[in-house]
Amino acid sequence: MLRFLSLLSVAILLSGCKAVVLSPSGDIAMQQRDLIYISVALMLIVIVPVMILTVFFAWRYRASNARADYAPDWNHSTLIELVVWSVPLLIIIALGAITWVSTHKLDPYRPLDRIDAQRAVAAGQKPLVVQVVALDWKWLFMYPEYGIATVNELAAPVDRPITFHLTSSSVMNSFFIPALAGQVYTMAGMQTTLHAVINKAGTYKGFSSNYSGAGFSGMHFQFHGMDDAAFGKWVAGVRRGGQALNRASYLKLEAPSAYEPVHYYNDVAPDLYDAILNRCVEPNRMCMRNIMAIDKQGGLGLPGLVYMATLDAATRADLGLEKLRDRVYVSAMCTARDPAFPSLKLMNAPQ
Amino acid sequence: MDLKTLLLGRLGWDAIPFHEPILVITFVAVALGGVALLAAISYYRLWGTLWREWFTSIDHKKIGIMYMVLGIIMLLRGFSDAIMMRIQQAIAFGDAAGYLPPHHYDQIFTAHGVIMIFFVAMPLVTGLMNYVVPLQIGARDVAFPFLNNFSFWMTASGAVLTMASLFIGEYSTAGWLAYPPLSGIQHSPSVGVDYYIWALQIAGIGTTLSGINLIVTIIKMRAPGMKMMRMPVFTWTSLCTNVLIVATFPVLTAVLALLAMDRYVGTNFFTNDLGGNPMMYVNLIWIWGHPEVYILILPLFGVFSEIVATYCGKRLFGYTSMVYATVVITVLSYLVWLHHFFTMGSGASVNSFFGIATMVISIPTGAKVFNWLFTMYRGRIRFEVPMMWTVAFMLTFVIGGMTGVMLAIPAADFVLHNSLFLIAHFHNVIIGGVVFGLFAAMTYWFPKAFGYRLDPFWGKCSFWCWVVGFYLAFMPLYVLGFMGVTRRLSHFDDPSLQIWFQIAALGAFIIALGIASFLIQLVVSYRRRDQLRDVSGDPWNGRTLEWSTSSPPPDYNFAFTPMVHDSDAWWQMKQHGAPRPTDGFLPIHMPRNTGAGIILAGLCTVLGFALIWHMWLPAGLSFAAVVGGAIYHTFNYDRDYHIPADQVALVEAERSRQLATNHV
Repeated sequence: MLRFLSLLSVAILLSGCKAVVLSPSGDIAMQQRDLIYISVALMLIVIVPVMILTVFFAWRYRASNARADYAPDWNHSTLIELVVWSVPLLIIIALGAITWVSTHKLDPYRPLDRIDAQRAVAAGQKPLVVQVVALDWKWLFMYPEYGIATVNELAAPVDRPITFHLTSSSVMNSFFIPALAGQVYTMAGMQTTLHAVINKAGTYKGFSSNYSGAGFSGMHFQFHGMDDAAFGKWVAGVRRGGQALNRASYLKLEAPSAYEPVHYYNDVAPDLYDAILNRCVEPNRMCMRNIMAIDKQGGLGLPGLVYMATLDAATRADLGLEKLRDRVYVSAMCTARDPAFPSLKLMNAPQ
Repeated sequence: MDLKTLLLGRLGWDAIPFHEPILVITFVAVALGGVALLAAISYYRLWGTLWREWFTSIDHKKIGIMYMVLGIIMLLRGFSDAIMMRIQQAIAFGDAAGYLPPHHYDQIFTAHGVIMIFFVAMPLVTGLMNYVVPLQIGARDVAFPFLNNFSFWMTASGAVLTMASLFIGEYSTAGWLAYPPLSGIQHSPSVGVDYYIWALQIAGIGTTLSGINLIVTIIKMRAPGMKMMRMPVFTWTSLCTNVLIVATFPVLTAVLALLAMDRYVGTNFFTNDLGGNPMMYVNLIWIWGHPEVYILILPLFGVFSEIVATYCGKRLFGYTSMVYATVVITVLSYLVWLHHFFTMGSGASVNSFFGIATMVISIPTGAKVFNWLFTMYRGRIRFEVPMMWTVAFMLTFVIGGMTGVMLAIPAADFVLHNSLFLIAHFHNVIIGGVVFGLFAAMTYWFPKAFGYRLDPFWGKCSFWCWVVGFYLAFMPLYVLGFMGVTRRLSHFDDPSLQIWFQIAALGAFIIALGIASFLIQLVVSYRRRDQLRDVSGDPWNGRTLEWSTSSPPPDYNFAFTPMVHDSDAWWQMKQHGAPRPTDGFLPIHMPRNTGAGIILAGLCTVLGFALIWHMWLPAGLSFAAVVGGAIYHTFNYDRDYHIPADQVALVEAERSRQLATNHV
């Protein structure tokens, strides 16, 4: 019964329903899929005999079968012990070797060296860089190469390596497009990286796969793999249909919202991603990199305790953020290179 | 700060969830049931008995049974959460939002995880160890009997606080491990996470103390002749489990204390800003969390070892390698925590190390499965209900083990992590391992505890419903995992997924029938107790010392401390016809009951509740009362008494009479 049920589910599985993890469209996900198959095959070397023997022994040595041997004090056999320890050991040695190699080869930080099993990455081919910010509860994608950004829609040309730089505005999320490549966490104030390539044109699902609060179920997007021409058209479309994305519009966008529709930005402030990553989008807020530099020199000491700031009420009202919990952060300091501004109004004023 | 704030803190009428019809109905049902129960206890004048014989009891057997009762009651709550989730996920597709809004759904999956691990699996496992270990090693009680009572009530206190969150305020929506920054004050400002923190802190004290207690018991109180390598395997696995508890629960306590400081006094250990680092929390909680799953499964490995040897009528195959496998698993379980977050961005070498360390655990675990298998080989297998659970466990657990190793390969984990594949995997090992084991254990030792067997018909009903229900409920989740569906979603867009969730919901309903059958089994067995009576004390032809005494055992367990010559001590005594001593009894030194445990734990419940609601005055008073009460209890010198020799002789003579009728 048990075996029948499990076999049944495997059979249904293999009948080709939309098991995207088992039939992905990107080379990285494909190699990850292969690992699943290889590891299952290796483990079945032990699992299948164990299951068969369990059923066989249970049947053969049932109490009502008086013809079966009965050896109540037999409890040791060096040969059997040797086999039951060494066979799993050998399998794990094999699997361990595969693990070591594949973990390094498929390390998300490692730049791609191949487009797919047949083709290597052409020398000098620059990857498409996408900066990904997980917001409550939507995804912001910025394309520094094109100066555009999108919310809840992602596109990339087929067979061109993509480099994702990922961070988060608040809580932890996980960036996952099963057809493309495995997932990586996004965390505020930190950057993770994922290298991947999509090999087939098509529209795929992407989503957060780390629970992040009330709007989590709606935190998904479509990922379009396109040929170069279509991608060019898509970029042009984003440019035409978009608004500007600067610190002020980002702070508005950052406010929590669920099931956010797709929208486009065509004029992205070039330093915005860096400010998000360093948690200093608010103009009077000290960037993480500066905090860390100060800490490296011994920190601010006691004055550091009082050197705090928030967004002023007028700016909060302007941005429609009155209802949100006030954020208290380390205040920015004026330097010759990096002047701090008391409010967004000043910063946005023509200079 | 005015007096009202000092007294009531954040608590007000708005904390009562009148606007949630599901909760109001639940509250009415619980209130009616509670009033009925209290009325029944009063009507049958059971309060005195309950207080004297149970609540204040420091007898490890009664405490063990109270742990089991707590675990079963909480199982009903945890399972209600499960079935509510299954229904929501089966209907919330496209335009249908389902019946649970995200805020409610998120509380339910958080509560389900927390309750099932901390207040179902832990009490059941601890209760089992409490009941069985002293009997297996020929001891009269645990090393610190009062502490044992206190530990139980602290666990119960945590459960009470968790249940209170249903009707007063709300529960955490941050998931069962409450990852910050989501669980921080910025993103979870309400009382939910505070309920989580204080319930676990209080229960955690109980668990840690009970771990210390059982380690000392096993190390110091074994019967003469029971060398370490003659301990029953269940005692061995209990020892390893309690070592894990004592080594890891302080980590949980520390990390939750840091989180509490972030929330209460504005520190920044795990916040995004001001030097906080949420990744530290994730590491620390899993340094506790991974050993925790071995804390749960190891004792059940011991249970299966006892059961398979008993019902095969055969010595356990490879006792020594079984013990070493257990110890190896214990050590390795500390070295694998990072496999819960390969995707957090560690380098490839770190991920490889933790991945391979995880796979290595499958070697001793595999050896254990083979040892059970070769115990069956050339045995005489009686398929009583516990043995059925064991075979189902062996077939189910290997599947869960296989999917576990798949998840241990970092590159494969990148596509499976946090998906429903993961959910299927850990339910496969926890239900297929821990739950099957607990049902096997309860059926196996029930006659020891109550003197009559559990009704086998309803036991088989429960067994088949659980097994079939488990496969129907969780195999679709493996499939959904391969379809790229992640966990903790309360709504779906893709209608092609719905059929799988509907099958899973059907499976959950069949499991519900399994639980119902178990409860019916308890009632039916009680009513048929005269037919199911066992007067021999050894209904299964057992092998270890607990079967040498009467069922239920007398307060003092053994009139004389047995001498042990073999790892299967009772089997060896039966083989050699060792006579039962019938005279020459001596007075037996016993610990005396005390109400200090339940009173102190009750004060801790008040303290926890006051802290959750920022009621600083009651918090201060109850804290002072806990400390003062604990000190006051140390001046209680009326701690022990002797059972006179002629009383022991009476009890033993009655047992002789019973044994004689049994042989006729």
